Amino acid sequence: MTEPAPQDKTVTKDTSAEPDGGRKAPRVGVFVCDCGSNIAGVVDCGKVREAAEKLGDVVVAKENKYTCSDVGQAEIIKAIKEHGIERVVVAACSPRLHEPTFRNCIQQAGLNPYLLHMVNIREQCSWVHGHEKAKATKKALELVKMGVSKAARLEPLEAREVPVEPSSLVVGGGVAGIQAALDLANMGFKVYMVEKEPSIGGKMAMLDKTFPTGDCAICILAPKMVELSRHPNITLLSYSEVEEVKGYIGNFEVKVRKKARYVHEELCVGCGVCADACPVKVDNEFDLGFGQRKAIYVPFPQAVPLRYTIDKEHCIHFKSGKCLLCAKACANNAIDHKMKDEIVNLKVGTIIVATGYETYVPLRKGVYKYWECDNVITGLELERLLNASGPTGGHLVRPSDGKRPEKIAFIQCVGSRNKKIDRNYCSRVCCMYAIKNAQIIMEHEPNTEISVYYNDIRAFGKGFEELYHRVREEYAVEFIRGRPAKLKEDPTTKRITIRAEETLLNMITEREFDLVVLSTGLIPSEGSKSIGKTLGLTTTPDGFFAEAHPKLRPVETALDGVYVAGCAQGPKDIPDSVAQAKAAASSAAAPMFAKKVTIEPLTASVDEDLCVGCGLCVELCPYGAPELVTVEKGGTKARIIEALCHGCGTCAASCPQKAITCKQFTDEQIYSEIFAALGAEDKKGEGRKKAEAGVS
Amino acid sequence: MEAATHESGRESAYEPKIVAFCCNWCSYAGADLAGTTRLQYPPNVRIIRVMCSGRVDPAFVLKAFALGADGVIVAGCHPADCHYISGNEKTAIRGDFLNSFLEEAGIESCRFKVEWIAGSEGRKFADTVKKMVSELEKLGPIGQEAPPDE
Repeated sequence: MTEPAPQDKTVTKDTSAEPDGGRKAPRVGVFVCDCGSNIAGVVDCGKVREAAEKLGDVVVAKENKYTCSDVGQAEIIKAIKEHGIERVVVAACSPRLHEPTFRNCIQQAGLNPYLLHMVNIREQCSWVHGHEKAKATKKALELVKMGVSKAARLEPLEAREVPVEPSSLVVGGGVAGIQAALDLANMGFKVYMVEKEPSIGGKMAMLDKTFPTGDCAICILAPKMVELSRHPNITLLSYSEVEEVKGYIGNFEVKVRKKARYVHEELCVGCGVCADACPVKVDNEFDLGFGQRKAIYVPFPQAVPLRYTIDKEHCIHFKSGKCLLCAKACANNAIDHKMKDEIVNLKVGTIIVATGYETYVPLRKGVYKYWECDNVITGLELERLLNASGPTGGHLVRPSDGKRPEKIAFIQCVGSRNKKIDRNYCSRVCCMYAIKNAQIIMEHEPNTEISVYYNDIRAFGKGFEELYHRVREEYAVEFIRGRPAKLKEDPTTKRITIRAEETLLNMITEREFDLVVLSTGLIPSEGSKSIGKTLGLTTTPDGFFAEAHPKLRPVETALDGVYVAGCAQGPKDIPDSVAQAKAAASSAAAPMFAKKVTIEPLTASVDEDLCVGCGLCVELCPYGAPELVTVEKGGTKARIIEALCHGCGTCAASCPQKAITCKQFTDEQIYSEIFAALGAEDKKGEGRKKAEAGVS
Repeated sequence: MEAATHESGRESAYEPKIVAFCCNWCSYAGADLAGTTRLQYPPNVRIIRVMCSGRVDPAFVLKAFALGADGVIVAGCHPADCHYISGNEKTAIRGDFLNSFLEEAGIESCRFKVEWIAGSEGRKFADTVKKMVSELEKLGPIGQEAPPDE
């Protein structure tokens, strides 16, 4: 440790001599951050600094405009060296944001990085008490006091370095997952792609054209799908779901359930003879109920892998034990009705979650009468009806009678920007897909009249505004500002009357249409919910996955080694999904290229002298980290297998002997925070130490 | 010397003091989100960060009350969402135990809460604090009306 510099008469005092229950008082430095005006605009940081300086153990306290800046960090390093600081308290933002920054900083000054404690006076003080400056200052001060108290009891820890498996799991085979998988595979890493549907392709495969350029969606996607399936570094597990993930960055153990498709993938050639033979017709989910498929099927002609799947629910054989026409028809004997689900165990270093979105389903008894009226459809259903490989071969028809619709209305923001149904966010794609589909319809049938009921048109991307103007000017698509209040169906003609307030005209109008298209928003997918639970990922209030930082760590999650891409993170269009997928792939590649990663040493340890070998910790630990061992001195004691310990501290909280220490969150450290938190009002400063001695 | 810095608050107004144990992954993140979205709540809460709500020894809660806390919150991930698989299940059990114990000790039930607050629930965090503060303000300090037994 650096020799303490000659005493600075104003800010330094010698505290090492003060005894505290046998604890040698370490020299604590406090750094109070203004964060520009983010903190200093509310909290009187000068006052906090002054008060911090007077706290026991504190030898120096500084205030900085931006502690995380180069200057701010340099000051910490300088102060550590000059004042022989042994524990550092940074009172600034959330440790969830800058703890790594400051750990790194104090390490540069020669301190163990775990001798840092961050006091959150921004997210949990200045930002939430903006109107109560005096109270916020008082709170900040008390938080600093708690922090100093904990910091003084921190112990140095050694980070564990672990090897990183050079392989990645990509969950979800939409365009984002496909791109991420291809990028990683091209960098030379082994990739496992898990897709729950029988084919990859995701929602993009269902779309007709893409905005604003009019590229055919499947034409640009299918080559990527094929490339993925043929890539030597990629193993495609379609019709599979992730069941369990254990481990941590670099060393995830993943259990995947490969659902029985009742067709051997290695034998099936995708010829389709089986489907021809199958007598069962059901609605094809891929065509959203407009087209039909057989009970043995591929969801769409360009499916990858082009392997048939038996829909167990509708297959006659699974109901009556008879039929087997498909099996008889198959020349390769690929069909096996006795096939069982298979569990595949994978070991991967990183995970990319690209589980996409689902479209909002209009309310059963809603204003838009989606469930009651045949001629009210959603935007995604329109995509299928416009798609050349869709159920109508690309001819737009009214679902009620199969005739060409002459007057079409689009209703925007269905399931978006609506507080009543708790969908406050903008889905970002609906304006443009409606505009794009209006263009496609007008190109096919120039005599169609199209009206778009909108709140705001959000044409923010490259080429979007231009397309919007083109559709208005060249194709005379009418844009009506106003949210429809009521839809009424004519029982004989099945035409729909929309009653709406046209806010630009300040008029209530009723207009009749042949077809109404609801531009439904994007919502988190069921697949996201399931993998989110499995991995323990956090979401933002809209239900999409939360990125580690909204600006600076847009593809990382709070969980090291797990990245997010595409609409699983929030609604976005195809170019943004692809860009994010590429970012996620490159972020995931970093630790895999480095081949090793340091992980937090926050584990539990057992004091064998105190342990009575009761085994409660063994019972409580979800990871099987504690084990009972017979020790040389005789008797049974618990011992923690460090590699398995995740550091949650449940064992420490339960140990009746208080024999277990949870590093960085020891009993002593937590009690010290409790004491400090309440010490201010508790005028019995003396009682503090006594009580403390009693518990630790 | 500490006193000088604490005199700023008015002594007449009762300011209940709440200690909140928040798990790193959900509740602490929720509290952070309340901050980033600038949701305002009373400054009466002191958050102690733990990695998992399962780390919270019931003795921590009792000690906080013994030292003069007017209310204690233990906040963790929602059931089945625990970052450590099942830590919050233990929290729930300990919460039940604490509730019955505190009732025996004559401490009003609104003074101790186990709450499940997700990282996305900044609003819930702010509301939880607001609600407890307003309840505690009505109630006054522990044992104000009825003097403690000891």
